[in-house]
Amino acid sequence: MISTRCAACKYLRKRCDTDCIFSPYFPSNDPLKFACVHKIFGASNVGKMLKQLPVHHRAEAANSLCFEAQSRIQDPVYGCTGIISLLQQQIYNAQKQLAIARAEIALNAHQAHLQGGSQFQQIEASSSFNNVAAEPLHVDQSFFDPPWLF
Amino acid sequence: MKGHESRSTSSCAACKLLKRRCSSNCIFAPYFRSDEPSKFARVHKVFGASNVSKILTEVPVEWREDAVNSLAYEAEARLRDPVYGCIGAIALLQRKMDELQHDLAIARAHLARYTAIPPLLCNDHFSLTTLPDFPIFDGTKSVLNSMEFQQHGSVNVVHQTSFPL
Repeated sequence: MISTRCAACKYLRKRCDTDCIFSPYFPSNDPLKFACVHKIFGASNVGKMLKQLPVHHRAEAANSLCFEAQSRIQDPVYGCTGIISLLQQQIYNAQKQLAIARAEIALNAHQAHLQGGSQFQQIEASSSFNNVAAEPLHVDQSFFDPPWLF
Repeated sequence: MKGHESRSTSSCAACKLLKRRCSSNCIFAPYFRSDEPSKFARVHKVFGASNVSKILTEVPVEWREDAVNSLAYEAEARLRDPVYGCIGAIALLQRKMDELQHDLAIARAHLARYTAIPPLLCNDHFSLTTLPDFPIFDGTKSVLNSMEFQQHGSVNVVHQTSFPL
């Protein structure tokens, strides 16, 4: 007889009921997925979290919990906050680079204007980069900024 | 008259919540002070005290404070967004990074047009800024449906799809 238990019930060695909260999201062919979330969050907490959610959100929640759990297993100190930190740093660097580029464009545009080239005016008109010279510099670090990570 | 009061004046927030004696070698005590009860409450609600204890035990002492703070951060994110937790923040940042890369590419193209102008019209020396690419993750922009991890030595390389908010 082929077992129809989900990965969670197999792992926990219990009977998999028809209304098992885990079975739609932790199929038996992916045992690692449940093993990860159980290791970090615990089956009981995962079950509670899923039960508190509308059914149509549970799959996404299970996947995001799995992602967080795998992140934490690979990086026990920072987990997925390490990814957040990396992204924040990259965004900060990109914003600085963009500010530098805008300043150079503004400088070039000004120099071209002084030289009175109509060709430059065409370039400015055709650009899809809105308000390159006029937009103020804004280096934004307001995205979930845990101060202890920098 | 000696009552039943326990000598819990030095109990950490974890032991207070768990209603147990806070021993001198309590693993939680250095990181969950009694004046911050909500910090442990959040972590316990999401991860469970037992799991937190195991995680901290596996981490060298000098890294435990950072580990606790990152767990607290994740727990708060999960309580605020029970569906996506921290992944929501990653999606937001990833989207912001995509926009910046787009803007950088436009700026680069814009600057490149100036270098295409004949020297007759541009006498000054242009100092073009080399704009590096900012690849973050591999993956296509699709709905969250699968995530894979690969580890290369000590560097974690995350392959993932973009996350909707």
